[in-house]
Amino acid sequence: MSTEPEYDKITDTYTTGHEWDGIKELNTPLPRWWLWTFIACTIWAIGYWIVMPSWPLVSDYTKGVLGHSQRDVVSAEVNAAIQSRKIYSEKLLTADLETIKNDRDLLEFSMASGKAVFGDNCAGCHGSGASGSKGYPNLNDDDWLWGGSLEEIHHTITVGVRSTHDDTRISDMPAFLTDEILTKNQIKDVATYVISLSNNSVAAPEGAAQIYQENCAVCHGEGAQGHKEFGAPNLTDDIWLFGGDPETLNATISYSRKGVMPKWAGRLDPATIKGLAVYIHTLGGGE
Amino acid sequence: MSFKHEIFEKNSIFLLVGILIMVAIGGLVEIAPLFYLENTIEKVKGMRPYTPLELAGRNIYIREGCYNCHSQMIRSTRDEVERYGHYSLAAESMYDHPFQWGSKRTGPDLARVGKKYSDEWHRAHLIAPRAIVPESVMPGYPFLAKNDLKFNNISADLKANQIVGVPYSDDQVTFAAQDVKAQLDEDSEGYDDFMTRYPSAMVRDFDGNPEKISEMDAIIAYMQMLGTLVDFSLYNEKENNR
Repeated sequence: MSTEPEYDKITDTYTTGHEWDGIKELNTPLPRWWLWTFIACTIWAIGYWIVMPSWPLVSDYTKGVLGHSQRDVVSAEVNAAIQSRKIYSEKLLTADLETIKNDRDLLEFSMASGKAVFGDNCAGCHGSGASGSKGYPNLNDDDWLWGGSLEEIHHTITVGVRSTHDDTRISDMPAFLTDEILTKNQIKDVATYVISLSNNSVAAPEGAAQIYQENCAVCHGEGAQGHKEFGAPNLTDDIWLFGGDPETLNATISYSRKGVMPKWAGRLDPATIKGLAVYIHTLGGGE
Repeated sequence: MSFKHEIFEKNSIFLLVGILIMVAIGGLVEIAPLFYLENTIEKVKGMRPYTPLELAGRNIYIREGCYNCHSQMIRSTRDEVERYGHYSLAAESMYDHPFQWGSKRTGPDLARVGKKYSDEWHRAHLIAPRAIVPESVMPGYPFLAKNDLKFNNISADLKANQIVGVPYSDDQVTFAAQDVKAQLDEDSEGYDDFMTRYPSAMVRDFDGNPEKISEMDAIIAYMQMLGTLVDFSLYNEKENNR
């Protein structure tokens, strides 16, 4: 209920004049610091309306005297970054491996940019430490499907494997069971033979070597050392992309494997790809 | 003061109306202009409504709460653009009801994840994320490959989207269930009709199991088209600047 404001002696203030069930409220003014902050914010807001995009109008909005656009900001920032990298990225594009290795600045630049780009684009499959996983090759070892020289790594990154690129790397191992080239028993034998190539404790079954020579040697080589131009892996080194146990090998020979890697041409710019190739080359297995 | 605040304090109806007026002013100034201002509406080429299979995948994405850890919004800052690609455009979520921009990234942004990884990768990763990315904290979703996709009500789903403004044709609504099957098999009967209705859609068996139409088919179909519709070589930065 409303009454007249009364003077409260103890606090030296008046009451608001409200009274609820006998309880009255002191009309304490807002703290000055709060009031001034509030006024300052209001003034700031008016200034902000003037310089920044703010009010909607009938068919447009006020652009502000600064003409600020976050989209301009981001393109300027991205371009500035490209410009600042240019002194290295231009050199990098034309440099060969020897030059890069002897140019400390250039090598450090490639390593730094390669590492960042690897984390964003490659680690999803090859792992953040490039150690790979089932079906995704380890890039730290010296076993290369498509070649481990800087040029070969560079080309693989550019065109991908079974990708949409016109020059994509592509290997085409038959599915020996599905395509009815070999019987289940023959596949079992040749799988054991392949294991025996890298494991002395396993004996090759009789006749398996001949099955190998007639069916597999054309790509994997007579000595089973693999052929990089076909993307055919070395079968004697006990390094397995999908697994070297009998069961997995059986499945691999029976149904074939068709791993894919996207092309990075178009998604990454040429200098970035080159830096990435240098980074991967240095991981340990580069030839 | 001549104006008595007491009126509002004692009459809840007045208070309610007063609040309503204040909120309405905020809405009018902040929201309403976005619907009529020419220059807030982006013109892009390539956007099309989701195919029924992609829409079903999107429903699974929402059901499993993927948005709790994944955003679909590349902001216009240098670090995001360099990592994820072109910043997201408002037009790219024009057929999203509701949009999946998200607000938290425990996992990476997915706005442009389409075509970045293979179907096999998605399959292996959804079943057991740590088999491929050892440091991942994402839970596995092995049941997606086992569950049959329920799409007997997919027509109603498209219909609901049509009502809120997605330009689905009546044919697209009627034959939605048939289109789910057609997108998984090039040799199916409805394939040609499907391609007429959704010319740029990807058609293949996404979960690697032709015997089954699984939830995995749907979610991978959805993943693989995310952020791939707008052709940025045709996108005019200047004209669309704002």
